[in-house]
Amino acid sequence: MNITQNTEAQRMSFWERLYLPEIVRGLGITLRQMFKPKFTRQYPEERWEPLGSYRGRPVLVLDEDGERCVACGLCSRVCPALAIEVQAAETEREKERYPVKFEINMLRCIYCGYCEEVCPEEAIVMSKDYELVFEDRESAIFGKEQLLVPIAQLQDRLEFLRRYK
Amino acid sequence: MADFLVQLVIAFVKAFLVVNTVLLAAATLVYVERRVAAWIQDRIGPNRVGPFGLLQPFADVIKLYFKEDLVPALADRTYHRLAPLISIAVALSLYAVIPIADSIIVGGERIPISVAPGINVGVLYILAMTSIGVYGIVLAGWASNNKYSLLGGLRSSAQMISYELALGLSIVGVVMVAGTLDLSEIVARQKYVWNIVYQPLGFLLFLIASFAETNRAPFDLPEAEPELVGGYHTEYSGMKFGLFFLAEYSNMVVASLMMVTLFLGGWHVPFIPDLPQWLGLQEGSVGLVLFQAGVTLSKTAVLLFFFIWVRWTVPRFRYDQLMRLGWRVLLPLALLNIVVTGALLLFLGSV
Repeated sequence: MNITQNTEAQRMSFWERLYLPEIVRGLGITLRQMFKPKFTRQYPEERWEPLGSYRGRPVLVLDEDGERCVACGLCSRVCPALAIEVQAAETEREKERYPVKFEINMLRCIYCGYCEEVCPEEAIVMSKDYELVFEDRESAIFGKEQLLVPIAQLQDRLEFLRRYK
Repeated sequence: MADFLVQLVIAFVKAFLVVNTVLLAAATLVYVERRVAAWIQDRIGPNRVGPFGLLQPFADVIKLYFKEDLVPALADRTYHRLAPLISIAVALSLYAVIPIADSIIVGGERIPISVAPGINVGVLYILAMTSIGVYGIVLAGWASNNKYSLLGGLRSSAQMISYELALGLSIVGVVMVAGTLDLSEIVARQKYVWNIVYQPLGFLLFLIASFAETNRAPFDLPEAEPELVGGYHTEYSGMKFGLFFLAEYSNMVVASLMMVTLFLGGWHVPFIPDLPQWLGLQEGSVGLVLFQAGVTLSKTAVLLFFFIWVRWTVPRFRYDQLMRLGWRVLLPLALLNIVVTGALLLFLGSV
């Protein structure tokens, strides 16, 4: 029989069992902790700038010659949360299809990035914008005027996609 | 009759000052607790409302007033309402006998600073009132008609009764040394040598027992949130919860003030007890009273910081450990302390 004894008396020395000296030691640790540098970011003043790999709210890319989206509807099709609604229309231009209506319900969006992955035109990408506040449900549905973002602001993300997608 | 009225007005003014000071102190304490907790955990803590976040407790109180006051459907409404009142009333009435400073002389008349001066059983009054405080917690637990609240209330009553013994017995040593139960008198006698020198063990026992009495940190089983949701105040919201909160912090202030009064020399300055005289502060003058109050409150503040510091250091006791510590360690030690004190007093004549 190989019975290992594991009693309090064996595990701890006399001073440890007295409890009070150990408490004093613990107090010393917490006291030192109090004067260590803090890691908290003072949010509204100190903002965090995400990297290109960050998936913030999805936006539509606005090129030099207008919007890139051709209203194929793949993003709307792939969206697991059914957040995207696209309605296509035709124009006289070379790229003859464009979305008359492009809406993302930001209450539904789960920031998975499938829309960006599936997009053949690289027209919808995830931005760095993480500050999403609404006052009611209607204003949480973003239309084209909120979604279209000039390409200059999306360089980090496009670079990231070029490298790793 | 006129004399009686004058006394009444004086008492009223003192009570008004004391109660407001206490409530302010309790509010500040909540802020300090949050701030210290944050520092220990590498955070910053509340620093937004007012300078350094100092107005945070007031914002919290205003928020509590605007909250909905919920009473569970099957709760006993009368007692549910009564419980926080008992808690806060007891917590505030404790201050009546604690001397923050000596006396002030107005128009040749000596007016002691404590609200109810000259009570020759001040120590007993404190012990009796703290026992009544348990009713608030037990009633809150029972009247809520919630199993977690009830468990919290039961734990609290068991814990407070167990530790009250050690608490009371640890004071006996001080009373034996001082030869009086009058708190002002006990302080007056500590001018040159504090009672902690005569009663180091008594001080330690009182310190540990008062942690348990105030339901504070390693002994905060009545509201152990991982096990009991919120303990006895689970079913309280709005300002009723606020009252429990206030009572808890106010009890902490009382415990610290009691330690200062009984063991740490009250309003006397350490090492240089004659400092006020050197500064030219007259006996009975306003300056001296303010000086003494300052000394008492600074000592209290240090102890309160200790309370908070311990809370964020030591993990909670298990229930059986708590009972074992109370009955098998603290109680015998307290009795031993009395016997040793008595024997020394007998052989050495007096202190």
